[in-house]
Amino acid sequence: MDLLILSIVVLIYFLMVGYVGYVAWKRTESSEDFMVAGRTTHPYIMAMSYGATFISTAAIVGFGGIAGLYGMGILWLVFFNILIGIFIAFVFFGKRTRKMGHNLRALTFPEFLSRRFDSKFIQYFSGLVIFLGMPLYASVVLIGAARFMETALNLNFNIALIIMALIVAAYVIFGGIRGVMYTDALQGTIMFLGMIFLLLVTYYLLGGITESHQALTNMAYLVPDSVKAVGGTGWTTFPSFGSPFWWTLVSTIIMGVGIGVLAQPQLVVRFMTVRSNKELNRGVLIGGIFIFVITGSAYVVGSLSNVFFFQQMGQISIQVAAGNVDKIIPIFINSAMPEWFTYLFLLTLLSAAMSTLSAQFHVQGTAIGRDVYETIFNRSGDRSVLITRIGILVAVIIAVILGFTLPGSIVAQGTALFFGLCAAAFLSAYTCALFWKRSTKPGVIVGMVMGTFTSLFWLLFVYKKTAVSLGIFKAISGQNLIINTLPWPLVDPLVIGVPVAMFFTVVVSLLTKPPSKEHLDKCFEGF
Amino acid sequence: MEVLGIPDPWVWGAYIACILVTLLCIIYGVLNWNKGDEDEEGQIKEELEWEKEELEMEEKELGF
Repeated sequence: MDLLILSIVVLIYFLMVGYVGYVAWKRTESSEDFMVAGRTTHPYIMAMSYGATFISTAAIVGFGGIAGLYGMGILWLVFFNILIGIFIAFVFFGKRTRKMGHNLRALTFPEFLSRRFDSKFIQYFSGLVIFLGMPLYASVVLIGAARFMETALNLNFNIALIIMALIVAAYVIFGGIRGVMYTDALQGTIMFLGMIFLLLVTYYLLGGITESHQALTNMAYLVPDSVKAVGGTGWTTFPSFGSPFWWTLVSTIIMGVGIGVLAQPQLVVRFMTVRSNKELNRGVLIGGIFIFVITGSAYVVGSLSNVFFFQQMGQISIQVAAGNVDKIIPIFINSAMPEWFTYLFLLTLLSAAMSTLSAQFHVQGTAIGRDVYETIFNRSGDRSVLITRIGILVAVIIAVILGFTLPGSIVAQGTALFFGLCAAAFLSAYTCALFWKRSTKPGVIVGMVMGTFTSLFWLLFVYKKTAVSLGIFKAISGQNLIINTLPWPLVDPLVIGVPVAMFFTVVVSLLTKPPSKEHLDKCFEGF
Repeated sequence: MEVLGIPDPWVWGAYIACILVTLLCIIYGVLNWNKGDEDEEGQIKEELEWEKEELEMEEKELGF
């Protein structure tokens, strides 16, 4: 890859993004225009914006790489991403969130929950969970893009990470406030075209759909002994039931991200800015196709990279990537695709990273400014705007520092952990807010706190992957884990945290006084 | 049984399920393409009023 050509391509890309942002901004100069623009927002723009925020480099590079290791069983994640992340999210959660958000005049997700249950604690507690948890997700999105630059440009990874962070920071600070839906839509379109091309060319290179799958099936004997020992059986067969491989694939990768998406603050906010259910209805169609193409392509291509590498180099993907899952997709694209495509794909990844990161940083900024600072100090106005900006800056810096320190093969794991944490903290509260009138403020608070802390406890002391590498329990007791009996060290925190949160929310709600009728009438007006 | 060169029903099942669920989204979107904007006008008016209120409040509080 040529640095000069790359600079030109990136420059052109930024001019395009800048131009679209500028046009959107021009069209919405007065606040009245802004509202009208919102009303006439094309459903394509809305759905693409949701999709581009939902899907980041983590999905493409991280989970694509996971597919290279675990094989096509990960396609269940595509299924859940569409069924839960699009269909259920839009049709059942989105419509109610839009209406209730309007009734409560809520602007952020923590604010929504806090007004629904009339509790300030909920607002700053969720604000803190988001502000402290989100950096992990933001940093793995950065890592995903930086890994590609590292491979494509032969750059030092740390330098690639800083370049990425600077580009994104400039974008978040200078743009992306008003025109963000439009730039998101442009980025979504680039992602869509890039991924469809990648899928078609991969199938073409390997001789067709059935042929390439067959070739992958025939490679099952190449599964390394170390992988076989933990339950891997091949790339077109599911891991052995109950094995470590199975637990990671099912409980962390498929369920963590598949279910966790419902409680993602940066996605829930999208529903509150939608003008009517019509956009959501139309968004289901566009969003469904978008997720199908992007994630489906990434996972199929990730799996099939094994065939390509074996035919070309006699090695399977994880060997070519020297054990770092995050490098499988970047190396595959650099060795299998035409050179011009690596430039286009870098733009695809830039788009994917920027659209997600801008939303993440924005949500983190408002979490600390509006949800924590304003709520605790009971202030509003200019100071909280300043705190929000500082919050965004701090969020970027933390993400970069984490990017330097996190180990390899982290992108998909980090994403799944964050999604799981959000699910444990917010899913029961959010679901009850929308669907269960009998749920009470104490019930939701206890559920939320128990879900969050159970999940953290599990991460630090029971879940093998995190507990061992963090080493906190070892420092206290000299042992690695509290529970050593299988399968517990392999079970994802989400599988424990979500039911615990749900249990406490329901039990405490039933034991406490139901909310007043007036308050419920206000929340559920027009339902 | 092998489908599309994939031997395990748990894996080709996922492949097919992805296609089916995408079709579900497409059909839902087409059937409801023009539905759901009944209360739009009223809401936009309401939100415009709020926006004005908020601007006035800001002016009062901040003095500009």
